Amino acid sequence: MSNWKLICKLEDIPPLGSRVVHWEERGKIAVFRTADDEVFALHDKCPHKGGPLSQGIVHGKRVTCPLHGWNIGLEDGQAVAPDVGGCKKFDIKVEGGEVFLAA
Amino acid sequence: MKKPRLVLIGNGMAGVRTVEELLKIKPDHYDITIFGAEPHPNYNRILLSPVLAGEMTVQEIVLNELDWYKDNKITLHTGKQIKTIDRVKRKVIAEDGTEEAYDRLLIATGSTPFILPIPGNDLPGVIGYRDIKDTDEMIEAAKLHKHAVVIGGGLLGLEAANGLKLRGMDVTVVHLGPWLLERQLDEVAGKMLQKSLEDKGLKFLLQTQTEALIRGESGRVTAIRFKDGLQIPADLVVMAAGIRPNYSLAESSGIYCNRGIVVNDTMQTYDPKVYAVGECVSHRGIAYGLVAPLFEQAKVAANHLAGYGIGRYTGSVTSTKLKVTGIDLFSAGNYMGGEGTEEILLNDPYGGVYKKLVIKDNKLVGGVMYGDTADGPWYFQLLKDGRDIHDIRDQLIFGQSLVGDVGHAGKSKAADMPDSAEVCGCNGITKGVIVKAIKEKGLFTLDEVKKHTKAASSCGSCAGLVEQILASTIGGAYTPAASDKKPVCGCTEHSHKMVRDAIREQHLTSKEAVFKTLEWKTPNGCDKCRPAVNYYLISTWPHEAKDDPQSRFINERSHANIQKDGTYSVVPRMWGGLTTPNELRAIADAAEKYNVPTVKVTGGQRIDLLGVKKEDLPKMWADLNAAGMVSGHAYGKSIRTVKTCVGAEHCRFGTQLAMSMGVKLEKMLFDMYAPHKVKLAVSGCPRNCAEAGIKDVGIIGVDSGYEIYIAGNGGIKTEVAQFLCKVTSDEEVMEYSGAFLELYRQEGWYLERTCHYLERVGLDYVKGRILEDEEGRKALYAALLAALKDAKDPWATSREPEAIKQFIPIMVEA
Repeated sequence: MSNWKLICKLEDIPPLGSRVVHWEERGKIAVFRTADDEVFALHDKCPHKGGPLSQGIVHGKRVTCPLHGWNIGLEDGQAVAPDVGGCKKFDIKVEGGEVFLAA
Repeated sequence: MKKPRLVLIGNGMAGVRTVEELLKIKPDHYDITIFGAEPHPNYNRILLSPVLAGEMTVQEIVLNELDWYKDNKITLHTGKQIKTIDRVKRKVIAEDGTEEAYDRLLIATGSTPFILPIPGNDLPGVIGYRDIKDTDEMIEAAKLHKHAVVIGGGLLGLEAANGLKLRGMDVTVVHLGPWLLERQLDEVAGKMLQKSLEDKGLKFLLQTQTEALIRGESGRVTAIRFKDGLQIPADLVVMAAGIRPNYSLAESSGIYCNRGIVVNDTMQTYDPKVYAVGECVSHRGIAYGLVAPLFEQAKVAANHLAGYGIGRYTGSVTSTKLKVTGIDLFSAGNYMGGEGTEEILLNDPYGGVYKKLVIKDNKLVGGVMYGDTADGPWYFQLLKDGRDIHDIRDQLIFGQSLVGDVGHAGKSKAADMPDSAEVCGCNGITKGVIVKAIKEKGLFTLDEVKKHTKAASSCGSCAGLVEQILASTIGGAYTPAASDKKPVCGCTEHSHKMVRDAIREQHLTSKEAVFKTLEWKTPNGCDKCRPAVNYYLISTWPHEAKDDPQSRFINERSHANIQKDGTYSVVPRMWGGLTTPNELRAIADAAEKYNVPTVKVTGGQRIDLLGVKKEDLPKMWADLNAAGMVSGHAYGKSIRTVKTCVGAEHCRFGTQLAMSMGVKLEKMLFDMYAPHKVKLAVSGCPRNCAEAGIKDVGIIGVDSGYEIYIAGNGGIKTEVAQFLCKVTSDEEVMEYSGAFLELYRQEGWYLERTCHYLERVGLDYVKGRILEDEEGRKALYAALLAALKDAKDPWATSREPEAIKQFIPIMVEA
């Protein structure tokens, strides 16, 4: 823990949008930015059929998978009821306008 | 800070629904306490009949388990009847002395069965039919006794009679009226119903008045005597002769009542701290006994209790569905007709089908269906929408499938389908799964069914069928909202129409302004409303409202179609389906350079390059741009293609230059966004090789000019385009087609295809706007051209510095 990796500037992620991080040993990670400039990071793989969550629409603290419309909570990576399933979340933080992922 | 206290009297469907609605829009606002006279949590009273019939258990009809109350921090007192409301000290007192103070009080005491004022009405074995206790008593009686008499041939009475018969009793229904269900059915349908029920073994005594109930040796009722002197044995008498609003508690506390607790359109009683909903209420002089209106009331009451002050309840049109297995019956609105109405009848006594539609001023105002109720929900929707049926009148009685609507809806009879039948072909959902979810989860709306089962949530073509299943499962509880009143999504109460009107009338130009002005319940919408709002903004205020990429579905955001594995497809535009060796060479080069695994010719006369990685898209587009090609918009709710035949340019039969007409149209419409995708076709002669008959706009060249067809569809449902008009010049084709598409752009609801739009507004309306109003047509055409002025190729603009970011992954090395 406490080993943070600089990813990008906050402004590189559009509000209510996301970017994909290719991290060699971890695969693809989707990083999201909410309207309030909070950031979240999830494995870029919907628990339903593996859709790329980074390509979904972000609203509130949720993202809607572009393939079949599952809603995934950004805070916990869990599907919103009545759907069931989850994807891995990663620790992420913003400091001085820069975004860091836990290494 | 201490929370205000809300007390609910009545732990039934209307009251608890109000609390649910309240928790949805303003959780944690109140400390909530609920008093219920029955010893059960909230259950689905409508399904007592299936419980009596042995088709369901009591456990299955519970709507809110005790855990629900606990999870929502609601204090629940079951088995406690409230004796007094002290409005001065603002507290309620139960019979056992329990007291609870309130800041807001909600009364939902429901109704009580009407017990005939005749001798013997208090004997053991004489009951009303209202709750679990009554149902249990009937089930017990059926085990020990033989003869049952049900007084009242209404919905409840017939369902009770059917249940008792199924439990082995010998059942006679006594009815005062001239035929069964005279408040829901006309005479013909009433008689047909009686015949079917007689075939099931029920007996009927119509126009018969009960005089007395006779006490037997055991003290229990033993017989029933009628005014005409006839006497028949009866060990169980069920009174189902109507319900009476239960307002005695409210009345005794001084709240103004008049055959019900009188409320205004916000469900507030004469005491501003006290609200009332449900069967105990008298709203504009009407007390409703069906559940659908009660849910509408609940929604309004919740909104006002939450302090939002939006929404009025203005009364309901109700529909009826009898829940007797094997009998299909539906009625809605003014089914009897009368002054100024016309009737369309279909009567097939041998086939057991009867349909009557009542029409007034070219609008459907009521209907009765017996034997074939598949189209009930559709008729009901037409009725609620007040849709002018002039143009479909000649086929109306034959139902939706003949008039044409979404998919296979209406073609299958929901009630007759086996549980194993597949309803939703996209998600493989069977009827059994849907029915189970409706019953177990207590679902009442199409949206809820979509969420829980995924049925009708992909292409939506089975939505009609799902609605039918809903209607046949929960009966009268099912009521669709009028189309122009259906909320856009869970984020708002406002309909598509209201949102669009507000954007136009209040000159709103950003989603933030829309969410604020219309008091959205979520901070920034959801995946359903954001794309819709964005479309309404940019189509209403072109060049002024700024497009918001984050409100667009990924395909429109990245100008390519996402595939199941997360790769994209690239379709360059081929104007009118024409290409050149140079373009083909560039496509071939791009396919090789970016390792495109699949190259496919599309149905829209162009070439699809499938399996492209997102990061390669901008590079590929640059190559294609360099060869003179632009985006084909194969991914958007936008103009897709204009398909053409070779036309008079080459064809020996051709009468018009189809290819050049097609190219002109496609250039005119480039980058046009719409509520849904738009496809055109131009054929050079009536042989119609370009298949113009199934396009949103189809042009067919004839010797003397062009015929214009609109609102065809070749996809989800095959819908033949309708003839709009005939014109003589290319310029007119552009003007008329353009004007129709602009009308659709301005009035179509997001994700509504032209065929659905036309079905909603009617061909006559479109003809009025396009053919009969020359000035209006020219204005629409001018508006379209103005909106599309300076359209840029999104493939080119996506390479600008800010736009290209999304295509570039952030690389992290170990």
